[in-house]
Amino acid sequence: MSSTATHDDHHNAPPPGIGRWIFSTNHKDIGTMYLIFSLVMLFLGGSMAMLIRAELYFPGLQFLEPDLFNNMVTTHAIIMVFGVVMPAAAGMANWMIPLQIGAPDMALPRLNNLSFWLLPAAATLLILSIIVPFFGGGAPVNTGWTLYPPLSIQAGMGMDLLIFTLHLLGISSILAAINIVTTILNMRAPGLTMMKLPLFVWAWFFTAILLIMIMPALAGGVTMLLFDRHFGTSFFDAAGGGDPVLFQHLFWFFGHPEVYVLLLPSIGVLGIIVPTFARKPLFGYKSLVWGMGVLLVLGMVVWAHHQYTIGMSVAATNYFMIGTILISIPVGLMLFNFMFTMWRGAMTFETPMLFAISIILMFSFAGTTGVMLAVVPADLQYHDTYFVVAHFHYALIPGALFGLYAGVFYWLPKWTGHMYNETLGKIFFWWTTIGFNLTFFPQHFSGLAGMPRRIVDYSVQFVEFNQISSIGAFIFGLSHLLFVYIIIQTVRGGPKAGDKPWEGSQIGTPGLEWTLPSPPPFHSFQTPPTVK
Amino acid sequence: MSNRLRKPCIAFAVPSLLLASGTALAEYKLNFPEPVSPVTREVFDLHMMTATVALIIMVLVTIVVGYSIFKFRKSKDYQADQEFHNGWFGTWSWLFVPAIVLGIDLTIAGSASSTFDLIEDKTPADLTVKVTGSQWKWTYEYLEDDVKIVSSLLPKEEAGDGYLRMVDNPLFLPVDRRVRFLHTATDVLHAWWVPSIAIKKDSIPGYINETWTIIEKEGIYHGQCAENCGTGHAFMPIQVNAIPGDEFDKWMAEQKEVKLAKAAEAASGKVWKLDELMAKGEELYNKNCSACHKPDGSGIPPVFPALKGSAIAMGDISKHLDIVINGASGTAMAAWGKQLDDLDLAAIITYERNAWDNNTGDAVQPGDVKAAR
Repeated sequence: MSSTATHDDHHNAPPPGIGRWIFSTNHKDIGTMYLIFSLVMLFLGGSMAMLIRAELYFPGLQFLEPDLFNNMVTTHAIIMVFGVVMPAAAGMANWMIPLQIGAPDMALPRLNNLSFWLLPAAATLLILSIIVPFFGGGAPVNTGWTLYPPLSIQAGMGMDLLIFTLHLLGISSILAAINIVTTILNMRAPGLTMMKLPLFVWAWFFTAILLIMIMPALAGGVTMLLFDRHFGTSFFDAAGGGDPVLFQHLFWFFGHPEVYVLLLPSIGVLGIIVPTFARKPLFGYKSLVWGMGVLLVLGMVVWAHHQYTIGMSVAATNYFMIGTILISIPVGLMLFNFMFTMWRGAMTFETPMLFAISIILMFSFAGTTGVMLAVVPADLQYHDTYFVVAHFHYALIPGALFGLYAGVFYWLPKWTGHMYNETLGKIFFWWTTIGFNLTFFPQHFSGLAGMPRRIVDYSVQFVEFNQISSIGAFIFGLSHLLFVYIIIQTVRGGPKAGDKPWEGSQIGTPGLEWTLPSPPPFHSFQTPPTVK
Repeated sequence: MSNRLRKPCIAFAVPSLLLASGTALAEYKLNFPEPVSPVTREVFDLHMMTATVALIIMVLVTIVVGYSIFKFRKSKDYQADQEFHNGWFGTWSWLFVPAIVLGIDLTIAGSASSTFDLIEDKTPADLTVKVTGSQWKWTYEYLEDDVKIVSSLLPKEEAGDGYLRMVDNPLFLPVDRRVRFLHTATDVLHAWWVPSIAIKKDSIPGYINETWTIIEKEGIYHGQCAENCGTGHAFMPIQVNAIPGDEFDKWMAEQKEVKLAKAAEAASGKVWKLDELMAKGEELYNKNCSACHKPDGSGIPPVFPALKGSAIAMGDISKHLDIVINGASGTAMAAWGKQLDDLDLAAIITYERNAWDNNTGDAVQPGDVKAAR
C-alpha cells in the first residue's frame, strides 16, 4: 500500500530540474512552453515590424538596404504566422483541450513533446537564414513570405535555410494536428458527445484537419523550389519548360486555408468568452459548428483569389470570385451569432470581453474589405497595394492575435491560480486597440492612392499616411511590454482565483476546466468525469 | 437636434458624403486617382459600389453592437434572456442570415462579372505595345512600328519631388485610340500598374498577359511596379505621356529616324577611339548598370559585386564580354546581349575596363562584341 502511495506522489509532482521541460510529456507543461515560445517570437517578429515602420517613416533609405528591408518583411510574416499565432493557438489547445473534454492528457504525449521541440530548431534555422548573408551566404531572402520564384531562385543560402525551416514547421504542425484530432475523437469524458463540445474544441478540430490537408502542399512546393535551386530541375523555370505560376498555386493552396488555421482557434475562444460575459448560452451553437465546417470546405477551394492578376481564363476567374464571395456566408453567420449572443445578455466588460467586442467590430470590417478584394475587376487595382496589407492585418490581428490575447486573459486565472490586474488589462486593451487602428487604418488610403507593397522607398505623396502608420505602430509595439508585465505579475502572485473565476463561465457549452481547482493539479482527470 | 444625437449623425454623415463624391476623395488622395479610360472608370464605379455596401454593413454591425453594449449590461440590472437562442429567431437565423448574405453576394458578383467581360474584351486595337519588365526597368516595344523604348528611374537630382514617379524615357501614347498592352518579363515577376489608365496584370517570364485602354484625356499618368521584383522593386516607376493622335504620329516618325541613324552608326565598321567609347559608355553605364553596380563601381556586395578593381573587369576581355552578353546564371546578373546593340555593349565594357582606376587601356570595338555573341 505504502509503495503505491509513494508511486502516486512521484507522479503527482512535476519532475525536478530542466528535465521537466526537455522530456516533458505533460500537456500543461508543453502548453506553457508553446505559449512562452510564441511570446518570445512575438517580440522578435514585432521588432522586425518596428524596423520596417521606422524605415518607412521618411521617404529615402535610412536604416535598411532594400534587400534587408524585404528580408525583414519576409521574416516578419513567417515569424508571426508560424512562430507566434500557430504556437500560441497550439499552446492554448494543449492546455485547454484535455481540460475541457476531461482527458488526463493528449492522446500521444511523446509526439506532443516532439512537435514542440521541433519549433526551437526551426526558429534557429530561421534566424540563421537572416544572418548568413552577412557572412558571405549570398543575397538575403527578399521575396516576401510568398517566396515566389524566379525571385526566390536568385536569393542566397538564406533561402535554403528558410526552406528547411518550413519543412520543420510543417512536420511540427502536422504532428500536433494529428495529436489534437486523435485526442478530440478518442479522449472525451463519458457522456461528452461531439455536439456538447465547447466551441474552442470544435474550432481546433477543424483547424487540425485543415493543417493535415494543406501542410503537404507547402512542403512539396518548397521542396520543388529547393530542387530548382540546386539540382537542375525546372519546375518553376519557364526557360526550362517549367511554370513560375505553378508555385503560386501550390503556395496558395496552402496559404489561403492557412488563414483559417490562424483564425479558427480565436473564433473558438470567442465562442467561449462571449457567452461567459453575456451570461447567456451561445446563440446558434449548431450553426457555428456547421459554419466552421463549411468554411473549411470553401476555404480549401478558393486559393487562386490571391492570384487574379496572373491572367486566368474568364471561367476560372469567375469561379474563384464567386467561391470567395460565398465565404462571407459562414463568416457572416459566425459574427451574427456572436452579436446575438450579446443581445439580451447581461454583459460585463472585463478585458477578455473588451477584446471580444473589438474583434467582432474590427473583424467585420476586415470581412467587408475582404468582399471588396474578392471582386476581381476591383482586385486588379487593389492587388499588391497597401490596401491588401491593411485588409489582412485587420483580419489577422483582431481575428487571430486579439482572440489569443482574449484567451490568455480569460484563462490566466485558471492557469496560474491568480487573477490578473483588471485595470492594467483594460489599459492594455485600449492601448493596443488604438495603436493597431492608427497603424493600419491609414494604409487603406495609401493603398488606394497607389502605394505598392514591399517597397523600401516611396514618393513624397505617401508621406502623411506612412508617418501616421509608423507612429501607430510604435504605440502598438510598445503596448506589448505592458502585456508581458501583466503576465509576469499574474504568474508571480496576485489575488487568489477561485475554481470558477468568471461568474458566467458555466453557461451554455462550457468546458470541464471549471470543475478543477485553479491552478489545476499537475495530473488532472486521472479518473474520467461523467457528463450528463 | 439634441446635442447627444448630433455627434453620431456627423460621424455617419461625413464618410457617406465623402463616398458620394469620388472627385472630392481623389483630391485628398484617399481614393484611386481619377480614372481616364472605359475600363478603369467601370472598375472605379464597382469599387465605390462595394465600398458603399461595406460601409452600410459596418454601420449596421456598429449599431447592433453599440445598442447591445448600451442596453444589455449587468450594471443596468438587465436580466439575461436564457431562452433567446431557442426562440423563432434563434431557430431560423441559420437559414435567413445566409439567404440575405447570398443575395448581397450575388448582386455584387453579377455586376463584377459584367465589368470583367469589359476587361477581357478583345476588340482589335489601333496600337499594340509590348511591355517587358526587367530588373529594374521597363522596355516598351511598339509592335506595329518596330520602335523600342527603355524606360528607367529618373535620378533624385533631376526628378526632385517627382522622384520615384518620373522616368528618363516615358511611354508616349495617343489619346482616343485603342491601345493593347502585352505584358511579359525577362527575369522575375513584375507588374505594370498605372491605375488611371489600366488595371494590372502580372508580367511573368514565359507568359504573355493582355490588357487594354483607350485614354480619354491628355496628361501625364504615373504608376509603378506592383509585384515584388527584388532589390530595385521600389525604383521602377512608370510614366505615360498621353498626347493627341497627330502629335503622336509625328513623335513616332522621329523615333524611327533616330533608330535608323543609330543602326547605321553601329554597323558602320568604324574603329572607335577610347575616349569616344568612354563618353558613350559612361552615359549608358549610368543608365543601365549603376542601379546595382553603383556609379562609382563599388557595387552592393555580396549581391552585386564591385567592378572597381574586379578580376573580370581588369582581366581577360572574353570573360568580361561573356558575362555582360550572357549574364551569370544563378545570380542577379542579366543577359544584356538581348537588350543592347553591339556598339552600346562595346561602350559599356570599355567604360568598365577604364573607369575608376581600372585603366586597362582596352578599347572594345562593336566588332568584338559581334564576334563574342
